[in-house]
Amino acid sequence: MTAGRHGEASEAADVVVIGAGVVGTAIARELARYQLTVVLADAANDVGTGTTKANTAILHTGFDAVPGSLESQLLRRGSALLTDYARRAGIPVERTGALLVAWTAEQESALPSIMERAGKNGYDAVRQVPVAELYERERHLGPGALAALEIPDESVICPWTTPLAYATEAVRAGVRLMLGTRVTGADPGPDGHVLSTTRGTLRARWVVNAAGLYSDRVDAMLGGDGGFTISPRRGELIVFDKLARPLIGSILLPVPTAQSKGVLVAPTVYGNVLLGPTAQDIDDRADTSTTADGLTSLTEAGRRIMPRLLDEEVTATYAGLRAATEHRDYQIRVDATRRYACAAGIRSTGLSASLGIAEYLAEAMDAAGLPLRPRNGSVDPPVMPYIGQAGTRPYQDAGMIAADPEYGRIVCHCERVTRGEIRDALASTVPPADLDGLRRRTRAQNGRCQGFYCAATVSELMAKARGGDRARAGSGQQAAAGQPA
Amino acid sequence: MNADVLIIGAGPAGLAAAIELRRLGTGRVLVVDREQQAGGIPRHSVHTGYGMRDLHRVLTGPAYARRYATAAARAGAEIRLGTMVTGWAGDRIATLTSAQGIETVSARAVLLATGCRERPRPARLVPGDRPAGVMTTGELQQRVYLHGERMPGRALVVGAEHVSFSAMVTLAHAGADVVALVTDLPRQQSYAAFALGALARWRVPVWTSTALRRVDGRDRLTAVDVADVRTGAVRRVECETLVFTGDWIPDHELARTAGIAIDPGTRGPAVDTSLETAARNVFAAGNLVHAAEIADVAALDGIHAARYLAAALRCREPAAAPDAPEQACGPPAHRVPVTVEPPLAWISPNAIRFIAPAGTGASSAAPASRPGAGSAFPPGATPVLPPRGRFLLRSHVFQYRATLEVRQGDRVLARQRVRLIPGRPVHLDATWLAQVRLSDGPVLATMAPTESR
Repeated sequence: MTAGRHGEASEAADVVVIGAGVVGTAIARELARYQLTVVLADAANDVGTGTTKANTAILHTGFDAVPGSLESQLLRRGSALLTDYARRAGIPVERTGALLVAWTAEQESALPSIMERAGKNGYDAVRQVPVAELYERERHLGPGALAALEIPDESVICPWTTPLAYATEAVRAGVRLMLGTRVTGADPGPDGHVLSTTRGTLRARWVVNAAGLYSDRVDAMLGGDGGFTISPRRGELIVFDKLARPLIGSILLPVPTAQSKGVLVAPTVYGNVLLGPTAQDIDDRADTSTTADGLTSLTEAGRRIMPRLLDEEVTATYAGLRAATEHRDYQIRVDATRRYACAAGIRSTGLSASLGIAEYLAEAMDAAGLPLRPRNGSVDPPVMPYIGQAGTRPYQDAGMIAADPEYGRIVCHCERVTRGEIRDALASTVPPADLDGLRRRTRAQNGRCQGFYCAATVSELMAKARGGDRARAGSGQQAAAGQPA
Repeated sequence: MNADVLIIGAGPAGLAAAIELRRLGTGRVLVVDREQQAGGIPRHSVHTGYGMRDLHRVLTGPAYARRYATAAARAGAEIRLGTMVTGWAGDRIATLTSAQGIETVSARAVLLATGCRERPRPARLVPGDRPAGVMTTGELQQRVYLHGERMPGRALVVGAEHVSFSAMVTLAHAGADVVALVTDLPRQQSYAAFALGALARWRVPVWTSTALRRVDGRDRLTAVDVADVRTGAVRRVECETLVFTGDWIPDHELARTAGIAIDPGTRGPAVDTSLETAARNVFAAGNLVHAAEIADVAALDGIHAARYLAAALRCREPAAAPDAPEQACGPPAHRVPVTVEPPLAWISPNAIRFIAPAGTGASSAAPASRPGAGSAFPPGATPVLPPRGRFLLRSHVFQYRATLEVRQGDRVLARQRVRLIPGRPVHLDATWLAQVRLSDGPVLATMAPTESR
């Protein structure tokens, strides 16, 4: 069905999904529920390493989407599905709600239209918050707020556990996950697509393009109709120490204006506070470096929104790239003749909409001739290791420690990650390939000390498990912080 | 579980306090540390120079750590390793997590001795990529000395304090080719001998007035950009390892989350000269209250705190009702705050403690200082000397010939000539303590205008 270890092509898969970000893993998980052979391929050595891992980690309601757009529809559907899925799979979610704060007369005048737009998007819970109440709820908000809206269902979510849960469920249901597999070319063969990859040839009756920042190139390779070009938009973010967490209650959203989309301040499910993002159009699809200007503009914005925040230490800085296109809506299409489906231009809402996109795309593929016959027996979501701050972690669970003392051995002090959790991650269905991967699965080394205390020990555990030397496991990895990195 | 004293942190301060507490006859002294080995930072500081002030001999870091760990165990302190305090509300009840499970310990007194760490790269807001190969000295030393890693390739050290030279030696030991030490300050901050030695023995220069501007490398570190802070000229330095040194921050998480007052200068819990925090019977010692001093100074802090801890315990009687909280038998502490003004960064301890004279109960057993006759305090109250009879300060600026002035209100209590170097300890002798009045408000240490000399 797929390329073997020796690169030999074998029997064709029903579907090859290119791209194992949050959208690609969601699609693979969706297709795995049917009687199909599915391959999920990604050039990176882990799932969710592109746009998926570095964003604002918010589970959006879609209140501010463009009414009538596909994005609006799939966000609404996707966030409802993910809210339920997260509960069952143990994905950390906190329903903190959001406050959209107006600081200028111009921003204040935009609030009624935002409320109206929310209504058109089918979300009716937005309400106006008097300034007095705003400051009562957010006592550390900087002076000068004029008005606010409350969006009670906006939540924060773990952007790392989400694609891992999808991929884990998919793999357990029989999907073949091929990491480190870059698709380099495609030919339409008589029985389907013939994909050249860095790990041999793959044959597929259908191909799904979920390649995120590279989706326009994959589209061109597969002879898609084009019509979109990815222009990476870089967003830099700053993660503040957990000691800053009590400063904030809800997600504090900016009011977008013609000049600027604005900067938000939000709690994270790991108990930190996030400030960002910037928005800068760049050419390089892999340049996730932060810049002096970006960080300065963020600290200036942060000082206005919440002055006290800047007194706390910074735990991490990072940048992510959003896959923006020249279009305002998602670029989702299914070509029955070519047996090709594309889910591109998902920009910044892929995490929230992922399950909606997957469901929509699968239905469209069914309509286009891919028969979706449910498998016998249902597959439950996997129960993922819990890495949030709001619930009970292993170190807090006397029962777990009694049953297995490794859950009482705290290796990463800042994030309170135990040897047991690291061991479990290394032995999991979708194991980490490097320290970054381990961090996204356990939070080890994501804390305020950034490895001062534990990096050497964690590297050694990783190296032992991988049977290699420590150097290969990534000596002195710069930690990614409590956050989407 | 009950303990007379719970000591959090088995580094020099915590272990020295445990030994002294046992020597003074304190019953159950429980020391917990989240690491697998006792000794704290000296465990992985494989260079000599430890123990001169407290043990009157010269040892390497690991030998020093072992010596304290052994002595504490021999003194009868109970040391629990691999044990982390995961819950504490600032009172005398703490939650411990270890392989043995989750336990609650109720102590009559607590000593926080959680030390400090170096500010890592993100906290310094250095832009660029996030490649592997970027670390702090603490991580470097553990990798090299505890885990036997090699560090081949070119390395750059950020900082030019004592610890920066230590990092350079560790890197050289691990096989690295150290390109330079860089500091945005106009001079290095360590001993001239260290800088000259680095240049002579390892051919490692110190690049002063040089700031790190950017880190490059998608996977492994490949290069950094450094800039001359005077001219703005940027140049690229290829390297595979980048070590951020010094710029210490206290590990104050427990104190912060428990709501114990923090000194804005040191960022550790505010302590008086007995090393008691704002929470009664909760003391703090070592680099948690002055990040960072050498281990000897931390150990001497521990001994100092232990004496007042022991005294505090002696004047507390168990309450009549078994579940009632213990009552302090003396009056509340009288304190006079001690602060500094820029360009001084901080002073430690942060207040002068006054204790009642013998016979009035409370702190009669405390080893009170006797700063001489003519005390200007309310009848009989005596100020407590800080550890080693001196206050510790830090400066933001270089000033080789500076004069510190100590004032309370309008009165100048003392002047002392000092040498100010950022990151280096400044000692202010507490000879003026007897002139401090409880009623005259805070004592302020400032840098006097430069004299003509």
